[in-house]
Amino acid sequence: MAKIQLNGKKISIKSKFSIQDLLKKYKLEKKKIAIEYNGSIIPKINYNKKYLKNNDKVEIVHFIGGG
Amino acid sequence: MKKNILKVAGKSLKSRLIVGTGKYKSFFETAKAIKASGAEMVTVAVRRVNILDKKKPILTDYLNPKKIIFLPNTAGCFNSEDALRTLRLAREMGGWKLVKLEVLGDKKTLYPNMIETIKSTKILVKEGFKVMVYCTDDPLLAKKLEDNGASAIMPLASPIGSGLGLQNKINISLIIKQSKVPVIVDAGIGTASDATIAMELGCDGVLINSAIANAKKPILMAQAFKDAVISGRNSYLAGRMQKNYFATPSSPIKGLI
Repeated sequence: MAKIQLNGKKISIKSKFSIQDLLKKYKLEKKKIAIEYNGSIIPKINYNKKYLKNNDKVEIVHFIGGG
Repeated sequence: MKKNILKVAGKSLKSRLIVGTGKYKSFFETAKAIKASGAEMVTVAVRRVNILDKKKPILTDYLNPKKIIFLPNTAGCFNSEDALRTLRLAREMGGWKLVKLEVLGDKKTLYPNMIETIKSTKILVKEGFKVMVYCTDDPLLAKKLEDNGASAIMPLASPIGSGLGLQNKINISLIIKQSKVPVIVDAGIGTASDATIAMELGCDGVLINSAIANAKKPILMAQAFKDAVISGRNSYLAGRMQKNYFATPSSPIKGLI
C-alpha cells in the first residue's frame, strides 16, 4: 500500500503499482493524456516502467475546450 | 501572404478563421459549430483529468486531432513557468510542437503580461516549439516577438470575451504592415462584422471563441463568421475605393434629358 497525490487528491494504491496501472484503474487512454510525475513529464513509453511510491505527486492532464 | 491560403507555422489552411472550443453548452454543440465555421484549426486548453467521474464525456470524443489541427493554449497562466509547464505537457500529449502562448497579467482584464510573454517565447522557440503568441497591440512589442521567433503575432482586438470589437485599428494596421509572420487578431471580436473589419485591414486571420459560443444561435453565428472572414479577405484583396468628402454621381451626366 502507498498513498499518492493524484491531481491534487490523496489516493491509496497497491504496492508495485505503475503509471500504466494507474491509467487502467481510471480507464484513461494513453494517447489522450500527458503525465507529470513529481514535477517532471514522463514520456509515454515509460508508463509501464515507472512504479509509484509513497508521497508521489502525479498530475494527469488532457485537452479540454478553451479559447 | 496575399494568396487565399493561410500559411502559419508550417501549416497551410484554407480557412482564415481559427475558433476556440470553450464556453459551449455541450461538446456536441462545439463540434457542430466548428463544422459550420469551416475552421481547420481550433484552440484547446490543458487541464487536469476529472478522476472522480470516469464516464464524463471528453473533448477528444467529439473532435479528432487527426482531422482538425489542435492548437493547445496556456489560458489561465499568469507567469512564464506555468505557461511553459502547460505547453510541454501539451507537446507530450499530442506529439506536436504547434502551440498558442498566452501569459496573462491581470485577472480583471486578462491583459497579456508582455514581459513574461517575450521571456516564454524565447524559451519555447529554443525548445523547438512553433509559437503563436497572444499579445497586446503595441507594434514595438509585436516586433520583438517576431524577432524572437514567434510563428504568428496575435494581438487582441479588445479584452478576451468582452465582445468590444476592434478598439485600435491604427495599431493593428501598423502591426500588419511591419510583420513578416502572419498576424491573427485574437480576443474581443464581438460579431461577424468585427471579423470582416479585421480582415479588411489585412489581417491574415482571426481567432474567435466567445462571439460564436455565446451567440443565441452558435451554429448560425459560426456560419456568419465563416462568410464574414471570406468577405473581409476578398474586400482587402480587392482594395477599397478612395474616400471623398463630396458626392460623385454613379450615373453619367452625358445624355441627360
